[in-house]
Amino acid sequence: MIDLKTLTVKKAHEAIKSGEYSAVELANAYLDVIKEKNKELNAYLEVYEDVIDQAKGADKKFKDGTADLMTGIPVSIKDNILFEGHKASAASKILENYTATYDSNAVKKLKESGAVILGRTNMDEFAMGSSTENSAFGVTKNPIDTSRVTGGSSGGSAASVAGDLALVSLGSDTGGSVRQPASFCGVVGLKPTYGSISRSGLIAMGSSLDIIGQFGKNISDVEILFNTVKGKDNLDSTSISPPTPGVGGEEEKKVIGIPKFSTTGRSASGGKNYNVDLSEAKSNLEKLGYKVKEIDLPSLSYSLSAYYIIMPAEVSSNMSRFDGVKYGLHKEGENLIGDYFKTRGEGLGTEVKRRILLGTYVLSAGYSDEYYYKAIALRNKIKEEFRKAFEEVDLIMTPTTPGPAFKIGEKVGDPISMYLEDIFTVPANITGSPAISLPFGEQNGMPLGIQLIAPHQREDLLFQVGKKFLGEE
Amino acid sequence: MIEKKDIEHLAKLSRIELNDKSVEGLAKDIESILGYVDQIKEVSADLAVRPPSAGENRNVLREDENPHESGIYTEKILKESPDREGDFIKVKNIL
Repeated sequence: MIDLKTLTVKKAHEAIKSGEYSAVELANAYLDVIKEKNKELNAYLEVYEDVIDQAKGADKKFKDGTADLMTGIPVSIKDNILFEGHKASAASKILENYTATYDSNAVKKLKESGAVILGRTNMDEFAMGSSTENSAFGVTKNPIDTSRVTGGSSGGSAASVAGDLALVSLGSDTGGSVRQPASFCGVVGLKPTYGSISRSGLIAMGSSLDIIGQFGKNISDVEILFNTVKGKDNLDSTSISPPTPGVGGEEEKKVIGIPKFSTTGRSASGGKNYNVDLSEAKSNLEKLGYKVKEIDLPSLSYSLSAYYIIMPAEVSSNMSRFDGVKYGLHKEGENLIGDYFKTRGEGLGTEVKRRILLGTYVLSAGYSDEYYYKAIALRNKIKEEFRKAFEEVDLIMTPTTPGPAFKIGEKVGDPISMYLEDIFTVPANITGSPAISLPFGEQNGMPLGIQLIAPHQREDLLFQVGKKFLGEE
Repeated sequence: MIEKKDIEHLAKLSRIELNDKSVEGLAKDIESILGYVDQIKEVSADLAVRPPSAGENRNVLREDENPHESGIYTEKILKESPDREGDFIKVKNIL
């Protein structure tokens, strides 16, 4: 029996290398758990048929000496990440039977490493949501309490790691879709710097915000997965090269800033109080020798408003490709344009329609000055405030979410309360900064998370301080 | 104020068929979302409004060369289309 609960990427690597077990045996251990738990959790929409073949390939890499740390590691991928020859539906009826015709850059890199891709995980349709309740194929249940949501949109990925249905997972984060479910399920979730991983083969939502993120039970696993999939790619012109390693100065004690709004707990909605207490996290950091200070980010609380203008605008544009002509669902109308109306009317879910219409509204003549261009100007102001803040502090700390995982059905039908889930996570997407959610504390038996945000391309700082904070070495 | 006819207009622009019930729900939702995002006006009054400038973005150009061998992806891509005729995607009459 392999103890999956305490398994890490490094431990699995050593065990396969020393012959304690094979990649095939490890894959089978995960397939057994999936068989036992997935029916209830609905973390996976599909477990691939070629898992054992992939694992055999990994064992071969160990034999011929070409294995790296990710070889043979069982990983799950969100249903919006393309894997050639395998279905990818973005949890939508409109792509229910779509088979990917090429590999996403992230999957290409996983394959080069010989990672074992177990299957595709459930999500909110086209990554639009914060609870996985917007999936066209049923909700994913939280492994810690199955009456509660996993968060979202990468809820299936978070549940797969938390429930030992995968060792690590890839999700995507546009406004908090990796960090919020990581926090809800008690695992580590990274949203890397915008552009650090190619978006080629990631089904687009908000193209100036989207990034592929990583889930793991610890920071080191997340770091290894991030290092495997990062890098510049000619097929994504916004992708960037990894930074050259810093020279010196790494030993000096870091300064961590807490923005005023999160300690006072006043939300951007104006007056609604969140019960968020950072005092324990603050004193733990101080005990580790870090300096913690309050910082001022005057426009921070307006991030969510800017986000709910910019993101739907980009959604309305990106979603126009689903027309029932080139691929995916097709419904017959009276004429060609009728086909579009019927296909999109039947194929897309309510939240997706809501965001397309909202995006169309904020971009229409007469409103774009008032909404879209104002939101872009505000986004630039928030970026500038972060840039200034990072002259004073090395990292910024906030809670990941306003509270723990809520009950399934609790927020359905109230879009604004669902959107407010992202109040602490959205700023890092607005600014493009890397951010990580670390499990810390609990409320009524459900995990909570702390978020650390770093300057662009300083994932190393998130890993370094995060490991000390969690006592992981 | 977002009315039913506004939603119908947006749905037309977005090529989405909606039933009456969902039009009503969407009008209410979008009204409340706009009410929320309107708070940017508290801070954005002083911000210059202009179409997004070039900023840090830059053109990424490459030579138009080294095409892949003709036809190697054709079958894979056509297999995903709802309707085809030979090596073409088939649609209804446009004109």
